[in-house]
Amino acid sequence: MPESTEVKRPVITPLRVIIALCLIAPFVAMLWVSSYAKTDPALGGIPFFYWYQMLWVLISTALTMIAYKLWQHDQRSRTASGSHTSDDNKGGASK
Amino acid sequence: MKDGVNGVALGVFIFFFLAVTVIGFMAARWRKAENEASLDEWGLGGRSFGTWVTWFLLGGDLYTAYTFVAVPAAIYAAGAAGFFAVPYTILVYPLIFTFLPRLWSVSHKHGYVTTSDFVRGRFGSKGLSLAVAVTGILATMPYIALQLVGIQAVLDVMGVGGESGNWFVKDLPLLIAFAVLAAYTYSSGLRAPALIAFVKDGLIYLVIAVAIIYIPIKLGGFDAIFSAAQHKFAGPPGGKPTGAIAPGESSQWTYATLALGSALALFMYPHSITATLSSRSRNVIRRNTTILPLYSLMLGLLALLGFMAIAAGVKVKNGQLAIPQLFEDMFPDWFAGVAFAAIGIGALVPAAIMSIAAANLFTRNIYKDFLKPDATPAQEAKVSKLVSLVVKVGALVFVLTMDKTVAINFQLLGGIWILQTFPALVGGLFTRWFHRWALLAGWAVGMLYGTLAAYGVASPTQKHFGGSSKEIPGIGEIGYIGLTAFVLNVVVTVVLTVVLRALKAPDGIDETSPEDYTADAGDPGVATELPPATAGSAH
Repeated sequence: MPESTEVKRPVITPLRVIIALCLIAPFVAMLWVSSYAKTDPALGGIPFFYWYQMLWVLISTALTMIAYKLWQHDQRSRTASGSHTSDDNKGGASK
Repeated sequence: MKDGVNGVALGVFIFFFLAVTVIGFMAARWRKAENEASLDEWGLGGRSFGTWVTWFLLGGDLYTAYTFVAVPAAIYAAGAAGFFAVPYTILVYPLIFTFLPRLWSVSHKHGYVTTSDFVRGRFGSKGLSLAVAVTGILATMPYIALQLVGIQAVLDVMGVGGESGNWFVKDLPLLIAFAVLAAYTYSSGLRAPALIAFVKDGLIYLVIAVAIIYIPIKLGGFDAIFSAAQHKFAGPPGGKPTGAIAPGESSQWTYATLALGSALALFMYPHSITATLSSRSRNVIRRNTTILPLYSLMLGLLALLGFMAIAAGVKVKNGQLAIPQLFEDMFPDWFAGVAFAAIGIGALVPAAIMSIAAANLFTRNIYKDFLKPDATPAQEAKVSKLVSLVVKVGALVFVLTMDKTVAINFQLLGGIWILQTFPALVGGLFTRWFHRWALLAGWAVGMLYGTLAAYGVASPTQKHFGGSSKEIPGIGEIGYIGLTAFVLNVVVTVVLTVVLRALKAPDGIDETSPEDYTADAGDPGVATELPPATAGSAH
């Protein structure tokens, strides 16, 4: 829900596309069960199925962290160049 | 199971329980506000929690005693299928990153305490708000009851209560635990579980760290553990396999839909929202999505304990006892006591938050909306405190009078039900396009389908409510009922919205404006809505 500020900025920017990809990636990886429903290669005796998913806990954490940092960057640059109400649309386009 | 009472373990358990009780009562004075007789104070801790308190509170809230008992129990029983809890908690965080900050902002701006408050404000519909509130209360009650089941499992293994004696002696420890819980929740509100969560998570992390290193060493490494599991799941020669190390073709849909459906549902639960709204700023929430996954890692390790229970030769009739029994068999008595305390306290934190959340829903969306519209903040807080007691007593009666499977069945239904509030809540956060009547109809269809479908699932031990998965109509694969019902819900909502818009059906009044969804603490108009009293009292 972008507001009409003096400087109209596009809602979809390359930065926001990257944020969206960071947030969508875990869904693709985790819902594609057949890509990891196997026991080999095992890691320290733990079958692939288990360590792969636990590895994704770390990957998705890193991705969320990147998304968070980029989002802060995005907001700061908007606040810096926009008017007072340029705080608009936080969260709006990250879907 | 060893005979008699495990004295050392019980002593350690009681020590931690007493410590937590003291903390619970002292919490009332922590970050105390001048204006304490309001729902913002009692039910949301003054909306003042920072990143770390929120982290502990949410972790303590979402990863419950029942989780600790049930997830490894599922692995113990069937293997891979029970591991869906891990992808489920992975998917939760990108989701809440996207929508919870918006809910936080609009709630701060308008003083919303519950999700139903928001739905009423957004769509101007008391009916829709009532539907969301009732769903929330219905879904929370059995969840509280299951926390008691978790405590009971621990007490059983320690030899307290158990099968001997009359019902009063048997249930006395549980009654005491609950009386204490009820008393400090009443006096301290959300501050009590917030403080106790520190102890709970500290203990849990300690126990998991020790268990994941110590037990595999004793059992001869993960290779030995998984081959023992493989052997058990293969079943008797010529018989059917009872489980699997990796899910086969036919169960992959179930795995994925359970993970997705549960992830969508988790933050619809009132207790998740209560913990979120108690945070200080929207950045606290986003920052938390980057540190909360630590709990998912812990959950994954914990799930592996299910395999260890198999390898250790733990034989229990009731799968819920597998992990407590594993601890008792493997650990020295004193550390088993620590592990049991971790599970026991792990039940108290979410039970407190859940009862507060259910009480808030009742107070704001039933009492204030329908019974006494001119209630003052002090009256609201008072009603909420009383209702939190009623809710807990209800859960206690539920557990003591009915079979455990009833609580588990209802919790299963609760997950399906709560997911049906997603379109109104999350949809509402992003768009006003949905029509209030369409949302209500979609909700009703989802609830009805979900309930009937779950009723029709039979298992070897139960005729109804035997599981949460069923064939998805039109696709033919087995999937999570909650997610099927959710899709049905969305389709009905969209179609009816188009029809109602074409008929120009009257819209409710939207009291929110677009910039409310991005407001942050300190913005004009937000700070003034906050209780002014939290300053100068942090210590």
